[in-house]
Amino acid sequence: MKKAAIHLEDLSISYGKTPVVFDVEFSVAEGESFALVGESGSGKSTILRAISGLAPDWTGKISVLGKPRGHAPDRAFAKTCQMVFQDPYGSLHPRKTVDDCLAEPLAVHGIGGRDTRVKDMLDAVGLDQRFRFRFPHQLSGGQRQRVAIARALMLEPRVMLLDEPTSALDVSVQAEILNLLKKLRREQGLTYLMVTHNLPVVSFLCDRMAVMRHGRVVEIAKVDALKTGRLANPYSRELYAASGGTLQPA
Amino acid sequence: MSAPLLDIENLTVTFPTSRGPVDVVKGISFSLGRERLGIVGESGSGKSMTGRSILRLIRKPGRVTADRMTFDGIDLLSQSERQMRELRGARISMVMQDPKFSLNPVMTIGDQIGEALLTHGKLPRRELKARVLSMLEAVRINEPERVANLYPHEVSGGMGQRVMIAMMLIPEPDLLIADEPTSALDVSVQAQVLDIIDDLVTGKGMGLILISHDLNLVSRYCDRILVMNSGEIVESCKAGDLNKATHAYTKGLLAAMPRMDEERDELPVLDRSTWTTGAGT
Repeated sequence: MKKAAIHLEDLSISYGKTPVVFDVEFSVAEGESFALVGESGSGKSTILRAISGLAPDWTGKISVLGKPRGHAPDRAFAKTCQMVFQDPYGSLHPRKTVDDCLAEPLAVHGIGGRDTRVKDMLDAVGLDQRFRFRFPHQLSGGQRQRVAIARALMLEPRVMLLDEPTSALDVSVQAEILNLLKKLRREQGLTYLMVTHNLPVVSFLCDRMAVMRHGRVVEIAKVDALKTGRLANPYSRELYAASGGTLQPA
Repeated sequence: MSAPLLDIENLTVTFPTSRGPVDVVKGISFSLGRERLGIVGESGSGKSMTGRSILRLIRKPGRVTADRMTFDGIDLLSQSERQMRELRGARISMVMQDPKFSLNPVMTIGDQIGEALLTHGKLPRRELKARVLSMLEAVRINEPERVANLYPHEVSGGMGQRVMIAMMLIPEPDLLIADEPTSALDVSVQAQVLDIIDDLVTGKGMGLILISHDLNLVSRYCDRILVMNSGEIVESCKAGDLNKATHAYTKGLLAAMPRMDEERDELPVLDRSTWTTGAGT
């Protein structure tokens, strides 16, 4: 196994006095695509938020690409790891054009050549150049999610945190975004840590998955086990059956 | 087959826009007996508008026209607002998508369910309470006595949705319209809620219209499926024959969904030009 892109040790996270995630441990190899699945409230999104620095109330160890992550906002960290949120309608600034939105990370980090970088990125995520000076409300849901992915990729991160990137989209648009994510990962060698509750999406995009329940990881399984229905934990099996899969003995 | 419960012919829903009137539902016809009918389509396909127009819930400036729209022999189009109110809830009811926005936040669950009954008839208080509790039990809520005294914010999404189903089914309607009843819920809870709807609907011999964007889910719970695209019904088939679908749009939708045992390297993407020009695949 290659160097770990994301490594979590004894990670516990709380919001104020409420503990949400307990003693989570796993690592994601570089170039791997890893999924966190589970029902709402199981703490899967919270783990992403802790890694990206949005939920600073955690104990344990988080390291990304070998570097330990601190609790404070970290500019250098933003260059290695970026997050894409669930709702493309809520995650883009309504009064900034696509161009502003994509150029902002470059301005914050003092990177030049913004014009060509924005153009190239629009091409990479399959958006026509005529969308460059439009506002989010002039785009469809799928186009917005492409902008959100483009924004995350502007700083050329190695690790992407994806929080239900397709659950707000229609089936046919979901297929486009999933293809895009797969293509980007192949071309740029990205590492994905993705939260989803859609097991078929895991089967399409991921190599391994962790099943979470009540803030704990109950099972880590290879995607082959998911494809053949040979999951071990009773809860994972329940989730699998609820998604319409046919169970096999573990 | 006896006379259909619901018979709709050439239903059109129109909204005026700055660029002239737009038909969001373009002259669709279907009929429904005491069976489970699924309407599937993507956002903007007009599936929810179809459901709402049956209950005449489309407000101005939207306009509903149809050659025929009858429910159990009643012409829905010629009913007055007052007459419609008598139908809504009592004969036809509707489960909405999100319990968070559809339940009254300042009324206890028990009161809300009871209100659904009282609106359509008088009932002694003791009997009312017994009916509410037995309905809560029917939607598999443990400790109905305790839950009846809770407010909507004190229960989970899955339980809220079950409360809503209880509220909609307690007047024993003949037709239930469920508009994305499980989209706001977790996968594991989804199956439970749909099983409850299924049990109650088949047990009481009601008609069900299940509106959803999830083809697989609809094919598991319905007898018949209508596939809608941009205001038109493009395919109508038995749930079991979904994989024999003939229309390019239905085929495209089915292929675009990742499967549990996914081996394809890339998902086929809908080419939207093929069926609008009528070329087909």
